[in-house]
Amino acid sequence: MNYREARQQVVDKNKGARDKRTTLTEAVAMIRDGDEIAVGGLLYTRTPMGIIWEIIRQRKKDLTFYKTLLSFEGDWLFVSGAMRKAVTSWFSGGVTWGVSKWSLLGLSLRFRAGAMGIPCIPTKSMLGSDLETSAGLKRFQCPYSGEELLLVPAVNPDVAIIHAHAADMYGNAQIFGPPCMDGEIARAANKVILTTEQLVDNEHIRDNPNTTTIPFFCVDAVIELPFGCYPHECYGVYEPAYAHLGDYGEGLLKAEDKTAFVRDYLENYFYKPADFEDYLSLFGVKSLLETTRKGRIWRL
Amino acid sequence: MTDYNPAELTVVIGSRSLQDGQIVFVGAGLPLLAAVHAQHLHAPTLSILFEVGGVAPQVRIGSLPRSTNEARSVRRSVATPATIDMMLFLQRGLVDVGFLGGAQVDKHGNLNSSVIGTLEKPSVRLPGSGGANDIASSANKVFIISYHERRRFVEKVDFLTSPGFLDGGRSRENEGLLGGGVEKVITNLGILEFDKETREMKLVAVHPGVSVKEVQEKTGFELLIADDLQVTTPPSAEELTLLRALDPERRFLKAGEF
Repeated sequence: MNYREARQQVVDKNKGARDKRTTLTEAVAMIRDGDEIAVGGLLYTRTPMGIIWEIIRQRKKDLTFYKTLLSFEGDWLFVSGAMRKAVTSWFSGGVTWGVSKWSLLGLSLRFRAGAMGIPCIPTKSMLGSDLETSAGLKRFQCPYSGEELLLVPAVNPDVAIIHAHAADMYGNAQIFGPPCMDGEIARAANKVILTTEQLVDNEHIRDNPNTTTIPFFCVDAVIELPFGCYPHECYGVYEPAYAHLGDYGEGLLKAEDKTAFVRDYLENYFYKPADFEDYLSLFGVKSLLETTRKGRIWRL
Repeated sequence: MTDYNPAELTVVIGSRSLQDGQIVFVGAGLPLLAAVHAQHLHAPTLSILFEVGGVAPQVRIGSLPRSTNEARSVRRSVATPATIDMMLFLQRGLVDVGFLGGAQVDKHGNLNSSVIGTLEKPSVRLPGSGGANDIASSANKVFIISYHERRRFVEKVDFLTSPGFLDGGRSRENEGLLGGGVEKVITNLGILEFDKETREMKLVAVHPGVSVKEVQEKTGFELLIADDLQVTTPPSAEELTLLRALDPERRFLKAGEF
């Protein structure tokens, strides 16, 4: 998106402290085919899986996804047809499509520049590597020090999708443990869809303002969605469903037709369930309880 | 206890290479295990950084993370910065050692974790850089762990994901890179360093029972051999016991190639 245009979009939008609670269906309907989407979390930690699940169910098309490190959800988005392009530093799925062209810092800086409201930002990373050319980066000499630098372009995605531990109805979002790049993508994006483990009172937010990663005026939709990262983890709340992910990974490795294997998974876990509760029931109470017991901070 | 597999041997040597008090940025795979091993055995104040966003975590025996990107790898951290701020510790010079694994490494210590073949015609697609490029670019020095075989130790990497000494000589400095580059490559056959002038890989130590000939045969380019070639001390019972307790499922400590 054009730099000035991205700024104008947030200048023009209603940023007031209003009740932004809605449903997953309504919120994801805001996403248009062809949009650029930034995804919160990192690899399989605090992935906004519920939102990804709904994007695939609504059969969105031609989306570009930005995520620092992609896990299996990369395959799900790609094979479902929702994703046209991924921008990432790492992809550890099984269906092969494309090569990661960024370093983790390089891509993170693109989000930060977007959040800072500037069109690009310099770095010492990626200099002299083949990422410099694969990412199409421009060189720049510092006018003060004469140092050689690379400039990475800002990214201002249409929508950021994020899962937080707690949020109020206005969209003030609190994250415990590593915030990953969620604070940056929330400020860089023109719209933010937020799911949360628990909806809390505004008074609770005001009692603990230092843990607020995202202020309300960045956010457009709030959905309370317990286990919203499943089968990925939510720091200190539940660990990854290691057994499920392990079985999936092994099945994928063995499958002769990997795309068919992923399609089958999508059918069973994404399209068939009536709603998100129905989806969670596929993992079963035992899995939900076990990952919750083991995922508590003092049990790690 | 003299029986150990190549992964166990390599991780123990990797663990010994870290020193108490150091700040070490640790990549996925065997480096994770080596750093946790060092912290539990001989370097209690070793401060580990994992890219997920934990400063100086204390990993519990029995709760080994499977990657550098999950809650277990943040356990009892002193701070949980955003990913970008973790990576920027490197650029600022705060990280003594970067510790990486690599799919392919060349005679100047450059790493490839992106693609075998070319971008246009890949024969194998690998996951990519993640934080590896940033660690290799800016850590004050870098240690690499790798399984030693010809197809991994190549004259020139197919794709240069993470910089070692680039084309050798002063080329790394000339590109404007900050960090000191690769100091050590630790393999299941021995330890390799780099010539101070040409920045070509040099065998400085072999593990017990390994010959120079075997190392050369399993390397896809001509190695320099140190005049005072050393033989490493084999893993002790204490080192192996702790290591096996850390990874009882043998997720990392697989037999044979790692």
